[in-house]
Formats: sequence, structure tokens, C-alpha cells
Amino acid sequence: MANNTKIMVENLIFYYGNDKALEDVSMLIQENKITALIGPSGCGKSTFLRVLNRMNDLIPGTKLKGKVLIDGYDIYSNTTDVVELRKKVGMVFQKSNPFPKSIFDNVAYGPRAHGIRDKARLTNIVEESLEKAAIWDEVKDKLKQSAMELSGGQQQRLCIARALAINPEIILMDEPASALDPISTAKIEELIRVLKEKYTIVIVTHNMQQAARVSDYTGFFLLGELIEFSDTNKIFTSPQDSRTEDYITGRFG
Amino acid sequence: MISRKGKDLLIQNLFLFFASISILVLFLIMAFLFKEGLPIIEVVSPLRFLFGKSWYPTYEPPEFGILPLIMGSVAVTLGAITIAIPLGVATAIYLSEVANLRVKELLKPVIELLAGVPSVVYGFFGLVVVAPWIQDLFDLPTGLTALTASIMLGIMASPTVISISEDALSSVPISYREASLALGTTKWHTAISVTVPAALSGICTACILGMARAIEETMTVLMVAGGAAIIPTTLLQPVRPMTANIIAEMGEAVHGSEHFHALFAIAVVLFFITLALNLLADYISHRFKETGSATL
Repeated sequence: MANNTKIMVENLIFYYGNDKALEDVSMLIQENKITALIGPSGCGKSTFLRVLNRMNDLIPGTKLKGKVLIDGYDIYSNTTDVVELRKKVGMVFQKSNPFPKSIFDNVAYGPRAHGIRDKARLTNIVEESLEKAAIWDEVKDKLKQSAMELSGGQQQRLCIARALAINPEIILMDEPASALDPISTAKIEELIRVLKEKYTIVIVTHNMQQAARVSDYTGFFLLGELIEFSDTNKIFTSPQDSRTEDYITGRFG
Repeated sequence: MISRKGKDLLIQNLFLFFASISILVLFLIMAFLFKEGLPIIEVVSPLRFLFGKSWYPTYEPPEFGILPLIMGSVAVTLGAITIAIPLGVATAIYLSEVANLRVKELLKPVIELLAGVPSVVYGFFGLVVVAPWIQDLFDLPTGLTALTASIMLGIMASPTVISISEDALSSVPISYREASLALGTTKWHTAISVTVPAALSGICTACILGMARAIEETMTVLMVAGGAAIIPTTLLQPVRPMTANIIAEMGEAVHGSEHFHALFAIAVVLFFITLALNLLADYISHRFKETGSATL
């Protein structure tokens, strides 16, 4: 399992103020695979995801112990450039959050911020990203329109396109389909499966069927602890821990 | 016993009554203003009143041209917003995007206090500190100039600009900031390219209300603007803004005289200027409300 480890988390403990949100979590996340994190609300799966691109830095009073290595580098060392880290580790949020700008400007936002000014190159990146996010055909004629006018599912795919435009290596997805209808959800799931050829994907989901459908590995969180982590098949067919079994069979959740 | 429905109706009407009082008072003030101001039309035409270049209300025959007064107000207001907008908006950005909680909790009350200082105190400060300094700096015959008034008004208008801009910035959803930061941008870049544009309508409103604050200020300009009813060509000349003119002359104008009516007519003009600014602010702040924000 350790052959193509992209992210290595070792004995991670995480606090919001005095509340412990994650308890001694260790996990190896494989390159070009989809890793799903499941568990009931408040179990720490979103917190764990936001540790991976240091999004939790924005919340005052958080504290972290343990190690998080991406490609062998400790992302919490003093020399880590958070901006560089986030270029490498893109993120898609639970609630689609396009900027109140045009569709084009939304996707071009990241590349522009990183110094790409050339119009032709930007146009290229935007088109490519929208294609990868499987939304190009729907928006190609209205790139100048406000992103706010798109439907919820389209907005979420636009956000994925926006994340892809900065050419990350890892994409973190925080319940990307939880606010969407079944058809939009199916589109997003299909997209995720395609994307794994180029990217390492970590996805938090409430929806166990979704985890079973899309992921290669699954981690089950409960009360801040990683109860079980292994092949998705194994988790769903022969869970080792009784709590995992209770959860996936719907005994609680 | 009144029925529940009746009680509901009673309370509703009680509140309507109180709300109506404030509107009624506003209309009474307006009616009074027009009643006392409009008779000036019998003496000078509205055009000559607004665009006449000389204000000699006590000469024989008197001249009631308020252009110098309007220009005085315009000069100090433009000077004031040139100071208040950059100062106010930058402070608001700092407070909402950069400052940590402790700095914010310290600064906000201080800024609110700045808004609560009586204007006569500002005037006094302008008189004894700023005016001599301006006089020395530019080697002028007097330090009581449009510039002096602009500086004081700029300081006085900035709390308005700061608090309304800060509200606008703080109400930008955190998800926008997260989205931007997650794309590997700096805090600063996020503030300038996402947060400020999203709050732009609120910031514009703040600037216009700051401007209204400057144009309606009376005491300070009376004390430091110099009081000369001439059309200024530079900010280093003394000016006589409309508000200062009204308060300076109201005491000596004979009740019911042409001069008296002329002063009320100036108040009518002032009323329309501030009304226009408030309507503009209202329009801007409502304009983008439906789509959430401007598409920039």
C-alpha cells in the first residue's frame, strides 16, 4: 500500500480551542486514487480534510499535533508556504461558492492570481478546465454571464473547473454533491471517477452509497477517531470493526 | 377582554402611529422650510438665486446670489471626501480583512468615539492646531481656509465611511474568501479581488453618506472655513459654505425680511442636496441586492 503514497498523516491530533476534534489519526492516501471519508456529522471528517490544505488556519484558536506529509514534505513546518501548498492542493466546498463574477473570470481567477496575463493562454486554460469539469458544452456560449445565474449543479462543476484551473495535484472535496439533485450528483460522481486519472482525490461524504460507488479507499470516522481505513470493497463487504458495520448497515448515523 | 385578533390589531396600529409621527415631523419641517424659503422668489428669480455670484444680503439693494456659498460647500466637501474615502475605506479593509480580533475590538470603539465627539470640539481643534499649521506651511494671510475645513471634515466623515464599509465587507460570505484562499492566493489578493468587489455597492453607499455628512456639517465649517463669500479658485482661500452662512446670519436677519427668507431658501437647497445624496446611496445599495452582488 505504501508504494505511491501521496499524503501521509501520522498521529494527527487537532483542537478547536480546547475541544479535541481529531484523535490520533494516521492515514496513507494513495496517488491517483479516490479516498472517501465517511462518518456521522461532527465526526471530524471535514476537519481532517481541511487539515490537508491548511484551511483550518483561518479559524482562530486551532492547534495541531502530529505530522502531515505531502510528497514527503511536512506541510505544517515553519518553512511551508501556505499559498504554494494550496496551489498544489485544490479544494471544492460543500456549498458551491462561485464568485459573483462571470463564468470566465471565475475559472481564470486562480491562473490570473498566479501571474498569467496572456489572454490566449487564459482562454485556453479556461476552456480546458471547463471541459475537464464536464460543463464546457453547457456554458461555452455564455462565458461572459454571471456564474450566479447557473443552476446549483452547474455552479458546483464550475467550482471544480475553477479548482482544476490552477493545475493542482490533489483535490479535496467536502461533500461536493450534498446539496444537489440526483442527476447533478450522478454527473459529479462520473466526473470524479474521470478526474482520478490525473489527480489524487480525497472526498468527504455523508452518503455511503456515494463512497461505495466512487472511491478506492474509505476511511470511517467516529467522534474524531479514524475507526477503520482500507479498501472500499473491504469496508463495505467485510468491515473489521463492529462500529463500522453498524454505521454502514444504517444502525446509526 | 379584547380578542386575540383585536389585540394584534391594536399593537399593529400603535406601532404604525409611532412610525407615522416621525414621518409627520419630517413633513412639518419640510413644509415650514418651504413656507419660509419660497417667498424669496418674489425678490430674485430661482436662477439668479442659485447662480448669482454675489451674496450681499444687507446692501441696498441687496444681492442674493448663493453660488459662492454653494461653491464653498462643494470645495470643502470634495476636499473632505478626498481625505475621508481613502482613509475610511483603507481602515475598513484593515479592520475586516487584516486586523486580528483584539486589534479590532480596540479600534472599533475608538472609531465610534470619533463619531461622537461634538463638532465644536473639532472646530476648536481646527482653529488652534490645524489652521496655524496650514498658515505656516503655505505662508498664507490666514489659516482659516477651505483646506483647513476639508481636513477637519475629512476626519469627521471618516467614521461614517469606516463603519458602513466595514459592515459591507463583513457581510461578504466567508465562502468567497475560502474559495479564493483555497486557490492559492494571499489574504491581500483575496481582499482586493474578491471581498472588496463583492462589497462595492456597500462601500459606495458609505462614501456617499460620508459626503452627506461633510456637506451638512455646520459648526466646524463656521469656525475654520474662513467665512468669505467668494467663489474659491484654490483650496487655500477662505470660503463660506451654505451651512455656515445660515447659522452666521440667522441671528441678525430680521424675522420675515428678504434676508430671512433667503437664508431659508439656502436651507431648501441644502435639503435637496442631502436628499439627492441619500436617494443615490439608497439606489446603489439596493441595485445589486437581488443577484447577491455585482458582476464585476
